[in-house]
Amino acid sequence: AGPDPLITQVQEWATGTGDGVDATPYGLPIRFEKDVVRRNVEWLTADTISSINFTPIHALDGTITPQGCAFERHHSGAIELRKEDYRLMINGLVDTPLVFTYEDLERFPRENRIYFCECAANTGMEWAGAQLNGAQFTHGMIHNMEYSGVPLRTLLEEAGVKPEGKWVYVEGADASSNGRSIPLEKAMDDVLVAFKANGEALRKEHGYPVRLVVPGWEGNMWVKWLRRVEVLEGPVESREETSKYTDTLADGTSRKWTWVMDAKSVITSPSPQAPITHGPGPLVITGLAWSGRGAITGVDVSIDGGKNWRPARLAAPGTDKALTRFYLDFEWDGSEMLLQSRAKDSTGYVQPTKAQLREVRGENSIYHNNCIQTWWVKATGEAENVEVS
Amino acid sequence: EKFGLGRPALPEEIAAWDLDVSPDGTGLPAGSGSVEDGEMLFSDHCAICHGDFAEGVDNWPKLAGGQGTLADKDPLKTVGSYWPYLSTVWDYVHRSMPFGNAQTLTADDTYAIVAYILYSNDLVEDDFVLSNENFLEVEMPNADGFIIDDREEAEAHFWTDTPCMENCKESVEITMRAAVLDVTPTETRAKKVQELIRKTKPEPREDAAVEEVKAEQAAVSEEAAAPAEETAALDPELVKAGEKVFKKCKACHQVGEGAKNKTGPLLNGIVGAAAGQAEKYKYSKVMKAAAEEGLVWSEEELAAFLAKPKAYMKGTKMSFAGLKSEEDIQAVIAYLKSFPQ
Repeated sequence: AGPDPLITQVQEWATGTGDGVDATPYGLPIRFEKDVVRRNVEWLTADTISSINFTPIHALDGTITPQGCAFERHHSGAIELRKEDYRLMINGLVDTPLVFTYEDLERFPRENRIYFCECAANTGMEWAGAQLNGAQFTHGMIHNMEYSGVPLRTLLEEAGVKPEGKWVYVEGADASSNGRSIPLEKAMDDVLVAFKANGEALRKEHGYPVRLVVPGWEGNMWVKWLRRVEVLEGPVESREETSKYTDTLADGTSRKWTWVMDAKSVITSPSPQAPITHGPGPLVITGLAWSGRGAITGVDVSIDGGKNWRPARLAAPGTDKALTRFYLDFEWDGSEMLLQSRAKDSTGYVQPTKAQLREVRGENSIYHNNCIQTWWVKATGEAENVEVS
Repeated sequence: EKFGLGRPALPEEIAAWDLDVSPDGTGLPAGSGSVEDGEMLFSDHCAICHGDFAEGVDNWPKLAGGQGTLADKDPLKTVGSYWPYLSTVWDYVHRSMPFGNAQTLTADDTYAIVAYILYSNDLVEDDFVLSNENFLEVEMPNADGFIIDDREEAEAHFWTDTPCMENCKESVEITMRAAVLDVTPTETRAKKVQELIRKTKPEPREDAAVEEVKAEQAAVSEEAAAPAEETAALDPELVKAGEKVFKKCKACHQVGEGAKNKTGPLLNGIVGAAAGQAEKYKYSKVMKAAAEEGLVWSEEELAAFLAKPKAYMKGTKMSFAGLKSEEDIQAVIAYLKSFPQ
């Protein structure tokens, strides 16, 4: 091949000038990246107002999810609520029921914490078999952000929890109200009342101005537009914790209060939306791992469908209830692969296979599918979602 | 340590927000409602999504039936077959329904609607009246169908700490492929293929982009020109912009060949048509009344309706908040005009 004209010829961008400052006072990604967006699976739900979309995890790297492409889940649509109109009430079994304004919340001592938020239904469409071709769709109901906020404990202590109080019921200001019951022990542990994510105000679709952060527990409990925390003796058993977000087993009985998200991982590249385009040679295999029970301590990768495993390299040591990025720096010989990843967490839990999960839970659980995912990478570099024996 | 921030909540404020109802009936207000009244209310407020008999419309939840199916391949989870507590139904209907018009039902309305849902599940007779007095007497069929999270015991074998690393199984076969029934959204599939083609054929990108745009324009003008003559005058750019805006409407409305009534009526020929004319569609009372008074969906009327449906017609079933931009409104009207029949 001859010399590259991109090098030998003076290019337009090396002659003229680019945009001045303030061309975009709040910037969006450059237009060449316009494919990196949230996507919806239309057949899943009746209406986008009460639906979910998916983070483009196949196209991201590192661990922090930009707010603009972090998945959304609404039950009655994303509402606009001004800080000036925001009120948070603490009531129920407390010494003094209180009302806080947004400004009040900013005057309490604050914490910064990085946590993942995963919808309990992530990978839910894959229970009965491989269905969707893309890590975005099979595993994209997840995001990972740095939250700034006040511990819920601080607010509860300000109101004074009575000894008979054993649960809190949290609800949002939107029309769905989306209330959930949380044991007091968790509420007093690591739950945050957050108003910033990744350094800036929460986005409307993530509950601006204030949402709840319930580390390691299913996303449905991370109530957005948080308006009320009620201290109770027992759980409310709301619609979102009985008719939904309960896991039906093969015999027809259902597990309830399955709040913790188990250890899980997925290879984000290569994957169906991120095929290998460069042919044999050096290949970066990468993905994400997380556990609601603690920190990720290791990830193993298999290229032969789980027959043999090798440890992947963690980009940084795993941290509590947050995403961990892993890499396998690999010399690809151009042959087919059945790619899998398997996460281990600080409690000694090892991510199970789909067969192991089905053995305990059957195929009707909908929620909490944390099985090992398989991508069939073909000699062409294209990848497909498959199940293996 | 107290910070002295916030202020005491007033009793009226707590009463306004503290509405949740617990399984033991805590939080239930005094009141009652009959199956008979519930049937009327359900028909007006709920049937559009849940069906006249709570059987569900499209992807909206079915509220009745399914008893005895929980161990089946595809269990049908309804109030009758699945929900363990009646309080949950009352609480949810009262605070979160009807969809797009939440927190408008009175306590008595709520008792009546819940009574009708029980009736549609064959759990009470047609002369039943539900009240705060007899609320706890209703038996929910699946009340004992739940166990508390037992993963740490039932799945104790997942805590292995030292998983197998070598020769973990004899053979590996592909047993199922997503490509077989591929239900992945087509947009990304198409894009992936386009990308692959682009990468294998490194042609000058500027030209390719121009050709793409030209091809798209041609396609649009063909589409727009094909139907009746009156639509030939439509601006294809505006129609195309309107098609994008219509995505917001698509959840409830269909338009074009084979369009049917969904949550909202089909919209073929809507511009310039008399209101309330879609066959077999159940319009709201106010829409029926407006139709009787001769409302015609001229572009002006339609524009006003689309800007703020609920302000334009109080009581309309259309739960859409409205199109904020005048450009979007004009675009979507142009798009709708491109389907004259």
